[in-house]
Amino acid sequence: MRKKSFGRFLTSIGLPLALLLFSSCQGGSLLDPKGPIGSQEKSLILITFWLMLIVAIPVFAMVIWFSLRYRESNKKATYKPEWEGSLKIETVIWLVPVAIIAILSYLTWVKTTDLDPYRPIQSTEAPLHVEVVSLDWNWLFIYPDENIATVNKLIIPEGRPVTFDLTSATVMTSFFIPQLGSQIYAMAGMVTHLNLEADSPGTFLGENMEYSGNGYASMHFDTVSLPNDQFSAWVQTAKSSTNSLTLAQFNHMNNPLMDIPVTTYSQVEPGLFDHIVHSFDSGSDMSMPGKTMPSQKMTTN
Amino acid sequence: MFGRLTWDSIQTHDPFLFMATIGMPIVVIALIAVLAYFKKWGYLWREWFTSVDHKKIGFMYIILGLIMMLRGFVDAIMMRAQQAVAEGANHGYLTADHFSQIFSAHGTIMIIFAAMPIFIGLMNIAVPLQIGARDVAFPALNSVSLWLTISASLLVMVSLSIGDFSTAGWTGIAPYFEKQYSPDSGVDYWTWALQLSGVGTTLTGINFFVTIIKMRAPGLKLMRMPLFTWTALTTNALIVLSFPALTVALFLLTLDRYLGMNFFTNVLGGNVMLYNNIFWMWGHPEVYIVILPAFGIFSEVVATFSRKQIFGYHSLVYATAVIMILSFTVWLHHFFTMGNSVDVNIAFGIATMLIAIPTGVKVFDWLFTMYRGRIHFATPMYWLVAFLVMFVVGGMTGVLMAIPPIDYLVHNSVFLVAHFHNMLIPGALFGYFAGLIYWFPKIFGFKLDERWGKISFWGWAIGFPTAFFPLYVLGFMGMPRRMWHYDNPAWQPLLIVAGIGTAIIACAFAAMAIQAYMSVKNRKKNVDLTGDPWNGRTLEWSIPSPPPVYNFAVIPTVEGRDSFWTDKEKGKAYVRPEKYSDIHMPKNVPYGVWIGISAFFFGFAMIWYMWWLAILGLIGAITTVIIAANNDDNEYVIPAEEVKKIEDAHFERLAAAGGKQHE
Repeated sequence: MRKKSFGRFLTSIGLPLALLLFSSCQGGSLLDPKGPIGSQEKSLILITFWLMLIVAIPVFAMVIWFSLRYRESNKKATYKPEWEGSLKIETVIWLVPVAIIAILSYLTWVKTTDLDPYRPIQSTEAPLHVEVVSLDWNWLFIYPDENIATVNKLIIPEGRPVTFDLTSATVMTSFFIPQLGSQIYAMAGMVTHLNLEADSPGTFLGENMEYSGNGYASMHFDTVSLPNDQFSAWVQTAKSSTNSLTLAQFNHMNNPLMDIPVTTYSQVEPGLFDHIVHSFDSGSDMSMPGKTMPSQKMTTN
Repeated sequence: MFGRLTWDSIQTHDPFLFMATIGMPIVVIALIAVLAYFKKWGYLWREWFTSVDHKKIGFMYIILGLIMMLRGFVDAIMMRAQQAVAEGANHGYLTADHFSQIFSAHGTIMIIFAAMPIFIGLMNIAVPLQIGARDVAFPALNSVSLWLTISASLLVMVSLSIGDFSTAGWTGIAPYFEKQYSPDSGVDYWTWALQLSGVGTTLTGINFFVTIIKMRAPGLKLMRMPLFTWTALTTNALIVLSFPALTVALFLLTLDRYLGMNFFTNVLGGNVMLYNNIFWMWGHPEVYIVILPAFGIFSEVVATFSRKQIFGYHSLVYATAVIMILSFTVWLHHFFTMGNSVDVNIAFGIATMLIAIPTGVKVFDWLFTMYRGRIHFATPMYWLVAFLVMFVVGGMTGVLMAIPPIDYLVHNSVFLVAHFHNMLIPGALFGYFAGLIYWFPKIFGFKLDERWGKISFWGWAIGFPTAFFPLYVLGFMGMPRRMWHYDNPAWQPLLIVAGIGTAIIACAFAAMAIQAYMSVKNRKKNVDLTGDPWNGRTLEWSIPSPPPVYNFAVIPTVEGRDSFWTDKEKGKAYVRPEKYSDIHMPKNVPYGVWIGISAFFFGFAMIWYMWWLAILGLIGAITTVIIAANNDDNEYVIPAEEVKKIEDAHFERLAAAGGKQHE
């Protein structure tokens, strides 16, 4: 391969990489975290990335160097057709990856424990408790302690941990707020947990990451982090909402529907979350009134 | 009579599917008519469809794989085009439902009906030749495997026009793929296509495992085997051990969908994660099933074109074996985010990272094979160099995702999409391309056009990073996979870049087609009379190109690794044997075709609830097996004089070539 070809080759790799670095700096990305979980996970990405370069950079260098040096037309280079091994080299090429993976394994051990989604976040503030129900194709957020609920918009206080309990009233989904960190599945008949915290005010994108049918692509919501006093004020306003989330209201919502407008509910049917989880214990999904459409397919779009 | 199949099932509403509905039958009918006009059907039937010759079966596998890859690539273009435009108010040109069918079909096709047939084809062509065998262990079974794969591919193609394809992704999404949520024919097309081809692949796995273990030439000890044969052996072990898990997962789903059972449903104790566990017990080894053979090809290519022995043969063999074993211990990394206990995630995270060790060792072994070599940069070597660079990027992102807390961020995002394409395109596909160019002259007696091969290479080398590196960034920006539409203007520029990358890859495919055309047109110029166009090292290069039906007139005795190279060095190659003996070869049989047709009708009937036809299909297949089992007249003899005549002709060609072909 001639030198010119190599130039072309490097450009073909380098241009997209440069683009990559440039674009990653933009806002909204998980490289721009707004909470302690996201920040730790971001630094873990960076540490791992640098460690792996210990192997990657020599490989890149050797590919270029060996290809140029030992090309057929370079008769000056040493040629050893019978040379098939070297204990020294083989020891190094086994031990270097082993060492790096050993370090990364240790990191994995520590960080997976630290960043367990089920682990409560250490804080002087008591966590806010939110119950998340994924629907086709909307998100219901119940605040059991405040006895309020919202659809398709999550309001959380700044600087205070949030403990989520998640379930699904239908197929499996994955709940994710990229700038706050970790995602977790929401599954019918089961409850998963997630602990997150926002350490600055703002509006962050929230998403479903697991394909769930025709409305999947629009199943995103705004997560709004408010300073404590504003959050309390919002809770008070919510409590005075004229909408109440009865079982009938929920059953109406629990149908294949796209983009239910953001709504706040003041009264929530007691034990609604547990009712949803246990509705799958026996019989079929049909035991839930309202879940009578045999098909998920929608006639819209 | 027709089950749930009605006139409404025929796709006429969507313009793209309508074109397929009209176009496919026209193409098929035209093809049948043209072949009939030129009276080629008899020839095709006798020489190809009923053939049990591993070389011909291999070639048919590769043709199937390339055709299906084209279909899968059209799917890719449609997805990229949709995502390049479908932002905000613009909903693109595809509906959500159609887009989902496309991404499901794309994955299913590329893995099962493109990658698998291409490497199984290469394995068919090269493995018996590398081990000095005259055919595989079970030649008729080999034909059955091929035709089961073809009938399964046909099912996928038929789903374009009749009914829908699955919208539940190539891996199946529990419980979304259950009848309650996906009542249409789509998931059933997916299930039966995978199930049928799975049977074919399992039979291939058994066939080649036995072939490599039992049919090696005298003296070809395991530790003397060429590395492609080694990777083929491990791949077939993986196939035999892992495909049963897929069969079970699909069978349980079938029970759910057809008999109302509740294995993977939300209710009555059904468990969605049970499906994920069983599926990925196959799914992860499957990744290595398609990648390991490419590793083997790269090992052959790097030694041959560096004109040097492979560096660290033992390391490479053990690394391959370690990867084979570890691939069974990592399946849970596909769902770290299901809320496992910390210890489970740690264990599977570390197990996943361990695979990076043997893989890293392999990369260094290939590099040190180049070191102090005399590298001839033919096209296969280009693919190797590009593979080394890009595969390392994919490996790095793989290690990132192996760490559970990082996976919590990028799981199910387009970062993941970029990662596995980064493994499968440079890791598997580039290897297959190298292998196709490397072994093509063995099958046809002339080399492929180098100029257009290199143009195509540059198309891939530039197009691949342009199409997929932006997805890494988009993953960091939080973009989920499988979006038919999005409301985020920041994502659009990068998706347009990815679309441009796909267009460049389309040019690379076009260059490949031109390469094929130019190669056939100028075949006289690129002809190889010696059977050894690359100055090869292993047994397949010691015989004529194309090889006679019996491959080896006299079964060679092997005295070490790279035995053909050693023979050439010692002047022992191309020595006429003292005498030839009669050779027994398997006769062509039509059983493969019959079973394939029966299986197709069985699958189609099950999808559309035409029970009578399903029973007929099943009876057809079973009857064929019984007939085949009772057929003892399955060999014929090539007399020694005939062998001598064929071999003499080869030695005359060798003399004419005069050894000047090696630069």
